[in-house]
Amino acid sequence: MAKYIIKRLVRSLITLFIIITIVFSLLRLMPIEGYFNNFDKLTETQIQVKLNSLGLNDPLPVQLLHFYQGVFQGDLGTSNKYREGADNLHIILEKIPISLTLGLIALAIALVVGLPLGILMARSSRTRWKIGDRLGTVLVVLIQAVPAAVYHILIQFFGSEYLNFPMLFSQGKAISWVLPIFSLSLGNIAYYAMWLRRYMVDEANKDYIRLARAKGVPGSAISRRHIFRNAMVPLIQYLPNSILFTLMGSLYVESLYSVPGMGGLLVNVIKVQDNTLVQALVLIYAAISILGLLLGDILMAILDPRISFSKKEGAR
Amino acid sequence: MKTYRNHKTQQLGKALEEHQERRLEEMSEEELFSPAQFDRTAAERGGYSNYSYWGSTLRSFLKNKVAVFFLCVVALTLLFTFIQPLLPGQRDPNLVNYNENGSFVMNLPPCEEYWFGTNSIGQDLWARIWSGTRTSLFIGFSVACVEAILGILVGTLWGYVRKLDFVFTELYNVFDNVPQTLVLILISYILKPGVSTIIFALCLTGWLQTARFIRNQIVIIRDRDYNLASRCLGTPTFRLVMRNLLPYLVSVITLRMALAIPTAIGNEVFVTYIGIGLPSEIPSLGNLIQVGRELMKVPALRYQLFFPVTVLAIITISFYVIGNAFADAADPKNHI
Repeated sequence: MAKYIIKRLVRSLITLFIIITIVFSLLRLMPIEGYFNNFDKLTETQIQVKLNSLGLNDPLPVQLLHFYQGVFQGDLGTSNKYREGADNLHIILEKIPISLTLGLIALAIALVVGLPLGILMARSSRTRWKIGDRLGTVLVVLIQAVPAAVYHILIQFFGSEYLNFPMLFSQGKAISWVLPIFSLSLGNIAYYAMWLRRYMVDEANKDYIRLARAKGVPGSAISRRHIFRNAMVPLIQYLPNSILFTLMGSLYVESLYSVPGMGGLLVNVIKVQDNTLVQALVLIYAAISILGLLLGDILMAILDPRISFSKKEGAR
Repeated sequence: MKTYRNHKTQQLGKALEEHQERRLEEMSEEELFSPAQFDRTAAERGGYSNYSYWGSTLRSFLKNKVAVFFLCVVALTLLFTFIQPLLPGQRDPNLVNYNENGSFVMNLPPCEEYWFGTNSIGQDLWARIWSGTRTSLFIGFSVACVEAILGILVGTLWGYVRKLDFVFTELYNVFDNVPQTLVLILISYILKPGVSTIIFALCLTGWLQTARFIRNQIVIIRDRDYNLASRCLGTPTFRLVMRNLLPYLVSVITLRMALAIPTAIGNEVFVTYIGIGLPSEIPSLGNLIQVGRELMKVPALRYQLFFPVTVLAIITISFYVIGNAFADAADPKNHI
């Protein structure tokens, strides 16, 4: 196991390196006009001086080297456009807690609502009229099919118009947290309910469940002790990712309620061509998603002893 | 399903009876009472089933009334987006309308003349929404097609050829982590904004997931016994992929395709949202919603948000339901 984890980590580092290199080169393809607020008025020398000071006239490998030197010293560079002269790490660390708090509360609500909903749907699919299953499916389909941009707008509209919740987010007022958290949790509620139902229905058709039923084990005990525990394994794998992704915030929700979080940051800084900040963000995001996958795999192997990564099985 | 099976059994039983009755009439008394000869061809004769895969798929799809309803909705919408410009009395989506006084009809709420009202510069929202639906559906269909073709090609190679698996997986890990937003914004800098640019950009980032999905499915079924048998018998790889692997995946591929259309339309909204979408001369559901969103704070102008949002929601929900129903119907396990 330890050997496998080390191997995965080393490979992740290489992947991270390649991603950064690609993003680095892509960013250098952007037109240089983007670095200036008043490009037309500047003379050629002024432009060159600014480019030099940003280090953009060095050859690409040299720029990359400088960046990595900074990273290994824990220095992600300073922002040159978004908030001039500010430390990138500082900007990011200032925004993360807000997104993280909102996201974690939303995720907790999604789990508390989504998992029971999934169980309810799975159990109801064995009854005659499948009422719970059908209603749940309608809800899941609605959330999954309507683009996120649309239902976020509608929630904000109806929530602020008819239920008198504040339209914008303010950190001190707890009531202004309700709508953003509700919007954020909807997607995950649908996701967890849908997949838990799917896995539970599949699991319920297996032979050992039929045997348990034939032995006379009560239905609730089968659901709880056999079906649910086995059906959760593939979902657990997704959980670390869910948690880590809350760090990134949600673009839509945060800009709708003007939450000062991570959500729109990447889009904004790409648009104003704040290269150093984009690199810092991409580095963090890529590391997060790779780490999430790894944690998910490890967690799954711990929970389900049948899964093993040390030897190759199945597909050769 | 059970009624269908009973129906089939009855049909076969009836056919057999009729066949025997006809034989009875043909034979003379003498033939009927002499012992039968052993007949090699008769021993080989098996049961006959007129099972056809696509016929059964269609039949079980049509049984799902909800899906059929949404199919009709999509078909009508699609048809109407093409017919609408040809109908009499329609305005050009980019035409600025003036009233008798010579000033343009600004922000007029829905009325008899302008069914969905007009926007802030006096353009007819009815015409703009249908033109926008046309654009969005076109984007959706094109992206879904490209995604399916590229995804199936790469996914099959990735899943079936063992030597490529490692390379492709590492490549996937790299490209999957390059932020989609960055690629979209770069493309919108390099190429000029327009429908083809958006399609290109969405295709560039979307097919990876499809390829990954197909690869996972192929890995699961490539070493099943029937494929091993085929390989041992020397079936060429191409034929094996076309006849053994891909037909198995029809249901999941169609599901993904059907879901790719609403996703692409939703992504178009996203692209407009971050400010690199289509220019307003080319109406799309994305930029109509964007305009409506900005006006949401004024209660009297909310119709400019609700009409495009409703159309968008109807279209995406329809595709979602149809896709799921068709995937269920295309799965042969659900047939008899």
